[in-house]
Amino acid sequence: MNNNQRSFFFNVDWLTVLIYLALCTIGWFNIHAAVYDETNTNILDLSTEYGKQFIYIASALVIGIVILLLESRFLTALAPAFYVVTVLLLLLVLVIGRNVGGNQAWIDLGGGFRLQPSEFAKFSTCLLLARYLSSTNVKITEFKSFLIAGGIILLPMLLIKMQPDDGSTLVFCSLIFVLYREGLSVYFLIFIGLVATLFVLSLLYSVWFVIAGLVALAVLLLLLFRRNRQFSVAMLIGLVACIGFVFVVKPLYYNGLKKHQRARIDEVLGLNNDKRGVGYNQNQSKIAIGSGRVWGKGYLQGTQTKYSFVPAQSTDFIFCTVGEEWGFAGSVTVLGLYLFLLLRIIVIAERQRSPFSRIYGYGVASIIFCHVTINIAMAIGYMPVIGIPLPFISYGGSSLWSFTTLLFILLKLDSNRMGINYA
Amino acid sequence: MNSYFGRRYVIAGIFMVFVLVLLARLFYIQVVDDRYFLYAQNNVVRRLIQYPARGPILDRNGKVMVENERVYDITVVPKQVKPFDTIEFCKLLDIDKDGFDKRMIKARKYSPYRSSVFEKQISAQQYASFQERLSEFPGFDAVQRPVRTYPDSSAAQFLGYIGEATDAIIKRSNGYYNPGDYVGITGVEKSYEDVLRGQRGVRNMLYDSHNVPKGVYAGGAYDTAAVAGDRLVSSLDTKIQKLGEKLMHNKIGSIVAIEPSTGEILCFVSTPTYDPNLLVGKDRGHNAGILYKDPFKPFFVRPIQAYYPPGSSFKPLSALVAMQEGVITPQTVYHCPGYYTTGNRRVRCFQGEVHGDVNLASAVAHSCNGYFDMVFERLVNRMGGGRKTDTAFNYWRNNVAKFGLGGKLHIDLPAENRGNLPKASLYDKMYGKKGWRSSTVISLAIGQGELLATPLQLANIEATIANRGYYYKPHLIKSIGDKQVIRKEYTERNYVGVDSQYFNPVINGMQNVVDYGTAHGSKIPGIIMCGKTGTVEVKNKKDNSVFVAFAPRDNPKIAIAVVVENSGQGATWAAPIASFIVEQYLKGSISKRPSNIYPEYYMNANLMPEVPGSAEEKARKRADSLRRVKLDSIKKAAADTAKKEIELKAAKNKQQKKIAERVIAMLPKRRDDE
Repeated sequence: MNNNQRSFFFNVDWLTVLIYLALCTIGWFNIHAAVYDETNTNILDLSTEYGKQFIYIASALVIGIVILLLESRFLTALAPAFYVVTVLLLLLVLVIGRNVGGNQAWIDLGGGFRLQPSEFAKFSTCLLLARYLSSTNVKITEFKSFLIAGGIILLPMLLIKMQPDDGSTLVFCSLIFVLYREGLSVYFLIFIGLVATLFVLSLLYSVWFVIAGLVALAVLLLLLFRRNRQFSVAMLIGLVACIGFVFVVKPLYYNGLKKHQRARIDEVLGLNNDKRGVGYNQNQSKIAIGSGRVWGKGYLQGTQTKYSFVPAQSTDFIFCTVGEEWGFAGSVTVLGLYLFLLLRIIVIAERQRSPFSRIYGYGVASIIFCHVTINIAMAIGYMPVIGIPLPFISYGGSSLWSFTTLLFILLKLDSNRMGINYA
Repeated sequence: MNSYFGRRYVIAGIFMVFVLVLLARLFYIQVVDDRYFLYAQNNVVRRLIQYPARGPILDRNGKVMVENERVYDITVVPKQVKPFDTIEFCKLLDIDKDGFDKRMIKARKYSPYRSSVFEKQISAQQYASFQERLSEFPGFDAVQRPVRTYPDSSAAQFLGYIGEATDAIIKRSNGYYNPGDYVGITGVEKSYEDVLRGQRGVRNMLYDSHNVPKGVYAGGAYDTAAVAGDRLVSSLDTKIQKLGEKLMHNKIGSIVAIEPSTGEILCFVSTPTYDPNLLVGKDRGHNAGILYKDPFKPFFVRPIQAYYPPGSSFKPLSALVAMQEGVITPQTVYHCPGYYTTGNRRVRCFQGEVHGDVNLASAVAHSCNGYFDMVFERLVNRMGGGRKTDTAFNYWRNNVAKFGLGGKLHIDLPAENRGNLPKASLYDKMYGKKGWRSSTVISLAIGQGELLATPLQLANIEATIANRGYYYKPHLIKSIGDKQVIRKEYTERNYVGVDSQYFNPVINGMQNVVDYGTAHGSKIPGIIMCGKTGTVEVKNKKDNSVFVAFAPRDNPKIAIAVVVENSGQGATWAAPIASFIVEQYLKGSISKRPSNIYPEYYMNANLMPEVPGSAEEKARKRADSLRRVKLDSIKKAAADTAKKEIELKAAKNKQQKKIAERVIAMLPKRRDDE
């Protein structure tokens, strides 16, 4: 027992914990700056966001410790149960949920506490996906397994889409990386990349230009690989499919999307330039970040954030405060920490003996990666405005607890990697 | 381990590529592109222009002629307006519901978030009652701003007025002025705009996205303070200025008085005039409209813009030029049969009077036309007449021009007129080359015909005679600023090319004019005044009454020219008016005259011509009533100030009382708490 205890603490990946704590601290300071009010300098005032965030961080640490003290077996065994509960909650929220900012995403627990089931969905989906893919006889390359794995991901996705929380929905797409790692054909990644590229190009340029480009590319590839008959045939089929897709992009875009969604995309693509209306938030966010220059304006000195030019400064646009007050140096630090964390998670995942832990690890990495890129890309105008938080930094209990749980489950699994292989 | 082991590198690679792309973009907008920094500055920092107080203008004795008074602009931020008692609000501002709606729509159109002017320039009294209830009207505020005020209501044309910069002025100023800025439009306000306006300051203030001020930018490091405009000391003497305006009331004409030893203008009257306070405040537009429609043009600056034939007042100058050229001596005698014959013309003396044998002094004293016709012919024909006439004429002209006739004196007011001093070429054009002789232009001898002079030029000639041969440029601003700067050009003597020895005979004649000549009725007890009357014929109208003079004879202190249009003889109106001004200036009071004339008679005389047509008649009456306001406005202004002070005091007391009441109201509560 004694020996067990000792090895347990030695086995926790303290480097990851350190990065985690660093990000939480950066988050707290930036939330403080974002809502800073000269007339109230009490940093632990619980009526303020930074005061509350302090409590959230403290409780997140408690959650983390509790998770580390749990039995790993418990997590694997109960994965399906978590998943079922999450799905039920997601259904429930559609019925009795509270609508905040256009999304019916919250369940009121009374006493000022609210629950956001979509946050739980992230780790419960990861857990079940890991559980399923790690079972014997399941191979993602097989169609049936692929369908089931896809279903596990798509079910919560669809339910969240109905809230409709576009940001969280999008996050689940990132689990494609997990499937890829476990053997999904590389063509799926290429296919997604191709669709995204063609989508943007077709909106920006005339259909005929895009088709001409596609044909030219196809001819080039055919000439290069003319020996390979099979490839040539696939090429031609692909070309026809692409051309077909190009034709439907615009009708799909103009009829399939809601007006506000389309307006946000138009803004990013430069098809529309409405800096006072739809583009206001993003433009002000860009100004905030850009005005930080190399070393930033200094802590609590950001005029864009302090004088409320940027909306949702403490949550979705928290990166503005980082960029404005800490400059490019701050941007590099924060993005560096995230990249380091992601790579560290991959290292952790790869060193697991159990496929369950590895798959789960990739799920964690994928979700964090998706949040970080979308959030920052949105803040600098590379993505349409989608409301998703920056992991560990954005203000908010639900998101912090959810990311803490996500990460600490991995750390728990990792600390046990020397033990029995559960799956 | 499974066979897809290598894929971790692909995934790690994708993560890295995405992060690098984001960093590259961040590098671009944070390090490479400077625009965002400026955008952020523009978001929060607003340059607020600090308007300096415009310089006041004093008279030569330090009495304030124009200074700044505080009025208040009511501003509104439409988005901050919440429902309130509109009826009460309108009552306080003295506007109606329609006016309220109109102003609100205008403000909203300008910007719902930014403050714009709702009502301009409400008075201090009105502000006092409005300010008490300001807290009941969220979104409204009051901004103090200075406007011009004229305690004496006099010297309107000299002072001029200020107004909002027009597009043309803004364009010409190369961006110095902005729409809504006030600039001098006429008078001294215009000609000394550069010194009066002072230096604008800038305050860089921080504003948040809801347009709420958040303090000073960078601790005020980039702020500059406004520097108040320089104080101008005018050369005018308010006492005689006001006396002059009273004497000229209900008459059309000018008075210009100059201190010969400096060129400083002591009195600058242009009538009809108006109360400069009419062009300040809310009713400015309305009042200006009435004044512009006035058929007698109160905005016309007669002393420098009106020109008349000088008539007989020209004779002393004529004599001086003739003596300098040696064509006559003081002893030259002319026998006046009551007329002068030249060519086939016969020029009559005034009312056909026969002067008999006259020398220079008596010719001036009795204004003998014949004598001066003779003098003029001698000058113009001294090269033998005929073909040489034009050369000799131009020679005469140049000598006369040295006295400042026919050209601008460059007084420090805008829009000065040059009058007219004809050249030989003019007559060549009128009569053909060599088609004219001395007899053709003989009217010039007695200051009539094509010769035209402004009252300022006439006064300047007298200053020159008083100085015995030179003048200082006449000017209205004595010194500028605290350092009392005097422009160099005003300290230089301008010689007119007549030796000082020739002046005494002429001055003798001018003294005779007042002692027993044409203007003997205007003789001032105890003061030797030298003058010359002029009675200038005007076609189809009554004569212009002209009088020029200087006094005392030795060491002269004042030179004066008075013109009363279409009134009669020079001795009847202009001479007495001039004599009152001179006496008031030299003695500080007006004594009983042997001739029994007294100022009130002239003040009350109405010589305004009738204006035909009913519409114009109406306009005249309205304009006249405005002029009458002017005379009473001194008393009224004083009463107003006193009233204002009392009201402001009352408001202050009331406020203090309110605060006291609030404090008292809080006291027992506190005790309960304890």
